[in-house]
Amino acid sequence: MRLSGLQREVLSLYRQCLRECRKKPQATQAHFRTFARREFEKNIQLDKRDFSAIEFFLRKGRRQMEMYASPGVKDVRQ
Amino acid sequence: MAALRSSSSSSTARILASARPAFRLSAAAPVRGFAQLADGAQQSQTATDKPAKMKTFQIYRWNPDTPTEKPRMQSYTIDLNKTGPMVLDALVRIKNEIDPTLTFRRSCREGICGSCAMNINGTNTLACLCRIPAEDQAETKIYPLPHTYVVKDLVPDLTLFYKQYKSIKPYLQRDTPSPDGKEYRQSKAERKKLDGLYECILCACCSTSCPSYWWNSEEYLGPAILLQSYRWLADSRDERKAERHDALNNSMSLYRCHTILNCTRTCPKGLNPGLAIANIKKELAF
Repeated sequence: MRLSGLQREVLSLYRQCLRECRKKPQATQAHFRTFARREFEKNIQLDKRDFSAIEFFLRKGRRQMEMYASPGVKDVRQ
Repeated sequence: MAALRSSSSSSTARILASARPAFRLSAAAPVRGFAQLADGAQQSQTATDKPAKMKTFQIYRWNPDTPTEKPRMQSYTIDLNKTGPMVLDALVRIKNEIDPTLTFRRSCREGICGSCAMNINGTNTLACLCRIPAEDQAETKIYPLPHTYVVKDLVPDLTLFYKQYKSIKPYLQRDTPSPDGKEYRQSKAERKKLDGLYECILCACCSTSCPSYWWNSEEYLGPAILLQSYRWLADSRDERKAERHDALNNSMSLYRCHTILNCTRTCPKGLNPGLAIANIKKELAF
């Protein structure tokens, strides 16, 4: 399937999140992975043509990822 | 918290106003200051008896909690006789009395903090320094700073702006201690070079009015940051002039300035970022 630019950006953000998960302590990596997935699933019902909303969530997601990627964050709970 | 402060101050004003007649009877002017205050309040009350002077403001609204909704313009009509003279006074009144969900940044209400920068009737300016255009009946339109991501309503996301400010190292860099072990002294002439530079409050009005900055905000530093750059280049106490020059000497950081001079025209503090940028260019050229 051919993906649109926005779809590819969303996927690349998700992959980046997974990569950041691997830098966390072994014991809590699974927590970070489920957390990242839940954050994406929260907005799964968005209309794929609603570009402005998707771009807003992309920016929000990037900010959130930067925050959780900082080395001080060791664990995340739902 | 600041919202709390502003609302409480207006409510104390109302309490004062209601208590006024009794106050005037009992304290028959042994304390001069109080009597004057009461007279002033009396005048303001006669002012409110004048016919209502209604003014409509159209304000940009967007709520991040409902991102699928499009941004919209919302109209608010208020009586100018009961409002202070500045646009910020009107905004505070709208927030206190009509719509508490209206969101904007403000702090000092006297043009020294740069929080309330917004686009009013097509011009970037500080709401606290912008008079409400009372003569014309037309609606006043208020938008957030142009070409910024909006956090909510009139609040722009200035993360990139601050990141760029950090990148120019806006602090004194010096290795040699002062000869007498006290302050780093400057002559009057050296100090004079900083006038017109140090007053910048980083409100981002100029940067967000610059078309060149709109299209290249990732790499071009923008007028506000370049003005600050020059403030440190012009400082006689700073010893890293060469490094500062090197950091600017590329096609993007500085030379995206095409002397459009929107920055100088819009600066609410009356500074001249265009001149500062020209001075940097001159320093780099010779």
